[in-house]
Amino acid sequence: MEEQIRHILEILENDARASPEEIAALIDMSAEEVYQTIAKLEETGVIRHYKTIVNWDIVGENYVYAVIELKVTLERSQGYQAIAERIYKFPEVRSVRLLSGDYDISLTIRGKSMKDVAFFVAEKIATLDQVKSTSTHFVLKTYKENGVILHEPEAIKRLPVSF
Amino acid sequence: MRLPCDSSKFIAEAVKNIPPSGIRRFFDLVSGLEDIISLGVGEPDFVTPWHIREMCIHSLEKGQTSYTSNYGLPELREELTRTYYKRYGLDYDPASEILITSGVSEALDIAIRAIVNPGDEVIVVQPSYVAYVPSVILAGGRPVIVRTYMDDDFSLTAEALKPAITNKTKAIILNFPNNPTGAIMTQEGLEDVADLVVDNNLFVISDEVYECLTYEGNHVPVSSLEGMKDRTVMLNGLSKSHAMTGFRLGFAMGSSEIIRSMMMIHQYCMLCAPITAQVGAIEALRNGKEEMERMVREYDRRRHFIVMGFNSIGLKCLKPKGAFYAFPYMGDTGLSSSEFAERLLDKKKVVTIPGDVFGEAGEGFLRCAYAASMDDLKKAIERMGDFVDGLKK
Repeated sequence: MEEQIRHILEILENDARASPEEIAALIDMSAEEVYQTIAKLEETGVIRHYKTIVNWDIVGENYVYAVIELKVTLERSQGYQAIAERIYKFPEVRSVRLLSGDYDISLTIRGKSMKDVAFFVAEKIATLDQVKSTSTHFVLKTYKENGVILHEPEAIKRLPVSF
Repeated sequence: MRLPCDSSKFIAEAVKNIPPSGIRRFFDLVSGLEDIISLGVGEPDFVTPWHIREMCIHSLEKGQTSYTSNYGLPELREELTRTYYKRYGLDYDPASEILITSGVSEALDIAIRAIVNPGDEVIVVQPSYVAYVPSVILAGGRPVIVRTYMDDDFSLTAEALKPAITNKTKAIILNFPNNPTGAIMTQEGLEDVADLVVDNNLFVISDEVYECLTYEGNHVPVSSLEGMKDRTVMLNGLSKSHAMTGFRLGFAMGSSEIIRSMMMIHQYCMLCAPITAQVGAIEALRNGKEEMERMVREYDRRRHFIVMGFNSIGLKCLKPKGAFYAFPYMGDTGLSSSEFAERLLDKKKVVTIPGDVFGEAGEGFLRCAYAASMDDLKKAIERMGDFVDGLKK
């Protein structure tokens, strides 16, 4: 990978709001070149999406999250892709992953209440033909999300002058 | 009744003769101030990568708390041999040619003490790290200063070095990538210096602690040059590359003669480097490359930013190729480095280090560490811009 592209991706992965001008100040490229490069990275799907990580708890929006483990049976004509597609279209579903091991698919669900989530799983997920069983784990606390620590302890101070 | 005593009478002449450090005063000025932005640090602003800290914690839990061999843990020395063979094709025998020390500071002290007889001259290239001159003096040697110049990108030239060599010259201390200028040496430049070193039968103490922080070109260890391995002791550590300053872990690599002689001193003054730090160093060398490279890329971006920033506010600044310091020229303002730094601190609360702290050759410059957050760097450039504008009025 070209060094400049790696720089741009690292900067944006850390701060999706970094403007081409700000990025250009950090690397050996003009703002216009940065803009063009980002456009190309978006076009080719290297950059998929820009997101904000929100701590909804603080504004009083107490979302409930749950991790759901699914065991599924595959039908002759349909693979995992088809099941995943059925499931990921629900907006309540935040992530869908195919896993190795004891169960097949792991979902993250977001709802307004535990009842909300439980009913969603019971009505929309468990009733799918291919789903053999579900196991719901409610999230009690999130410590780290997408590489971001949500409650970081205070940083240690350095000496202001040293050699 | 016993008479009171004046304890200053007991202090050795050599210690009294260490030149006072202007930085003490500066340190006092800074302490107690609020809302300061510091570009005055000589260490990474990253915390040691977690996998290294975690390995140290694990070793403590296991009860790995004993002395090690005077030379250091064999696994660490073997890891260093592998690392330097892979990086440069250097071949150091882990059993006899590597010594683990308590930071490069200790390695420097014992390397100088191992080779300097009273009256020997040791060439120190300035601007450079503050410990070289006092360490030579404390060992009874005589430091001889050779300057580097902004026009040469602060690289050492054979022309500048040649006149300083006398029949009393024993050794030369090199430090590239350089603190405070960020200068590196090219292979050709280093070959010219090596020719002079060999012609005059000198020894080289090469402090290469900023080795991994080389952004343009490749680092060239002095010992990798033809015929230089046994003439050079390389001092190095993981403080800067793996953000491990507080661990106090360094190492020296050289001929078995020099390493054994250094160990003779080390065994009595230090016994061994802290075992927890040695365990951390093994982990850093085995599994720390990715985290290190991530930090280096981050420094690289800040380097770009701060150099453009200084030039945009009218402080001429070269783009340093190594370390994490920018060394802008402020001599045009009519102030001395110290005056500039002190007023800047007083008026704008930005800490920089006056260049003359690193030798007279640094007068007219400031050392500004960009091992600081981007937010701080932005604010610092803004405040310094205001300060420079204020001087013009």
